[in-house]
Amino acid sequence: MVPTLLGRVQTRLFLLLVVGGAVTAAVTPLLPAAGPLGARYQATYAVLVSVAVLGVGWELLYQLLMQWRWEKDWPTLFGLLTLVPEGLLVWAVAVRRVLPGLVGPVPTAAFAVHFVSVWLVVWLAANGPMRVPFVRWRFRGGRVL
Amino acid sequence: MTIVSDRSAPAGQAPAYRDTPALPAALEQADLWADAVVAGAGIPVHDAAFVSVGGGMGSFITVDYLRVAGGVPTSEIRVLSNITYPWQTYQYLAGVSQIPRTGRIRSDSSSRPDNLWGFPSYALQEAVRDATLKPLLQVFLEPVFADYYTPRLGMVLDSMAREANRIRYDDMLVRCEVLLTRRRVGGGYYALLAPAPGVPVNSDAVPAPLVAFRCRDIHIAPGYAGLKFLPDLQDFRQRYNFHHVVNAYEDHEHVYEALRLRPGTVLVRGAGVVASQVLERLIRDRLDGGSPTRIVHLFRTFVDGSHGPHAWSRRRGRHGFAYQGFNYPKSVWGGQLKSRVRRLENADRARAYEEIGGTTTPWRRGWQSHLAQGREAGWYRTQSGTIEELRMEDSAVVARLQVPEGELEVRADYMIDCTGLEGDVAEHRVLRDLLEHGGARRNPLGRMDVDRSFQLRGAASGDGRAYVTGAASYGGYFPGVDTFLGLQISAQEVVDDMARRGRCRHLGPLRSTAEWLKWVSGRTI
Repeated sequence: MVPTLLGRVQTRLFLLLVVGGAVTAAVTPLLPAAGPLGARYQATYAVLVSVAVLGVGWELLYQLLMQWRWEKDWPTLFGLLTLVPEGLLVWAVAVRRVLPGLVGPVPTAAFAVHFVSVWLVVWLAANGPMRVPFVRWRFRGGRVL
Repeated sequence: MTIVSDRSAPAGQAPAYRDTPALPAALEQADLWADAVVAGAGIPVHDAAFVSVGGGMGSFITVDYLRVAGGVPTSEIRVLSNITYPWQTYQYLAGVSQIPRTGRIRSDSSSRPDNLWGFPSYALQEAVRDATLKPLLQVFLEPVFADYYTPRLGMVLDSMAREANRIRYDDMLVRCEVLLTRRRVGGGYYALLAPAPGVPVNSDAVPAPLVAFRCRDIHIAPGYAGLKFLPDLQDFRQRYNFHHVVNAYEDHEHVYEALRLRPGTVLVRGAGVVASQVLERLIRDRLDGGSPTRIVHLFRTFVDGSHGPHAWSRRRGRHGFAYQGFNYPKSVWGGQLKSRVRRLENADRARAYEEIGGTTTPWRRGWQSHLAQGREAGWYRTQSGTIEELRMEDSAVVARLQVPEGELEVRADYMIDCTGLEGDVAEHRVLRDLLEHGGARRNPLGRMDVDRSFQLRGAASGDGRAYVTGAASYGGYFPGVDTFLGLQISAQEVVDDMARRGRCRHLGPLRSTAEWLKWVSGRTI
């Protein structure tokens, strides 16, 4: 899929909500973190929402950077590697306790496992399976609506 | 399962048709045909809801979409074609322009003419089939750390054969030569055809010289109107022969064979992917086969660096070539370029086409390395300029060139012209007739004027619609029409439009998934 700005944002929100939400539901009980399950779910979904919200800003930046590419495309590799700056930003926000919905400390290992697993599955979904139910998605710059 | 017949027919060879009988003047001159007049002319009439004229890649991809997404049965569709299988012309052109079955075509991993979803991609299929991660790694690293992954020709052809069987393409195929199409009084269209010799239409007891198909919607995808022969080449052929100066899209194997037997010089003209493929063939014959061929490569526009009006519109180039992964910038097939051109009209649209236009070739590591060897050793040299005259002199082709420094003469044993497939739409009989009698008009780039759903403007007929896709619709709201993915995008627009008009089913997420599962399992539909 070669994105437009609107397509980028819609794809991010849709995949994080549907695929990211499912992955979060599955991995949260397995994370190396203490505390009751409800609190853990609250923390992981707070992280997921922050990836979605902050991600809109990131998408603006990616769209700007993409303008220097003749093809106006966003290679597969970029879609994976952007997990590094995005993960670091969410992590920085989380440990400073400024993330709405987070009530306690965030263990590094639990955050890393959750963030990377969500990112990987969303990235894989965007690179193929998404096209199966949404056959027009790739021709509309990633717009779902 | 239906087996599409005659796939052993030589690629590119259309059958010989008998001389077509003259049409009664009442039909020849009428823009609209009435049923009674057609019947009165003694022309047998067959009915189909949807007729596709062409039978090449454009027809195949559109009909595939209509069968899979639209859920239309084979009984309602007819493909009128003078070729035996849809990829016959494509396979021929790929072959003569030096892509063997094992060679890689210039197409993206997810551009699958046999699969609406582009998933699994060719790279994934190749990885599974060959039990290797290499194709997937290449897609992962492309285009920054690896060349774009591109599928092998053989895999693409085999996958289309599988899909043709799955959708029972042969049940819809009518072997014939289409002469013209006309609007019908009361709505819909007629397509008039001369049946292929010895192949009765719909089991007609008595073969008729002319047969008509009456349909509600008609789709026309005749492909490129013809080869582009520049005036110098035509002039040379009229004065001398067809042997020494060839077009790369013609069978020109004799050039390589002659160069294997004795050393020679070849003048190659053009800077596109076909020029790259021809150069690669010549260089491989030298490196692997020992043919000491010298190559002079002529560029009309010599590109020696990144070029473009500003930093956000700059394409890479070097050594004469402009580099681009595929026929168009990737965003033509779904990104911001597609979105932008869709909103442009007339001169603004023509300007956008100009911005992304120009001849390009992919930057491939192997090709770069071979050309660098040639430049270093002196057997490959480049020249900027245009040909003023071509003549034969002592069994050599002499090209008088206009170059930046003045004039120059180059002597060669052969010239291979790689300047492309282009032609005026009016050179095609059916398209010319649509312009003269069908209400159709030309777009800002001179081809057939279609709207965003690929409806041919001015050619609607009652509740029937005419659609044109493929190269004939170049210049419209979607630029990438003459590519695999472009044909699929066009097909999607056509079928979605037909669904909106209530002519077929709409493909939603659930049925899309169900149809994909059928594709994966190879279930015939």
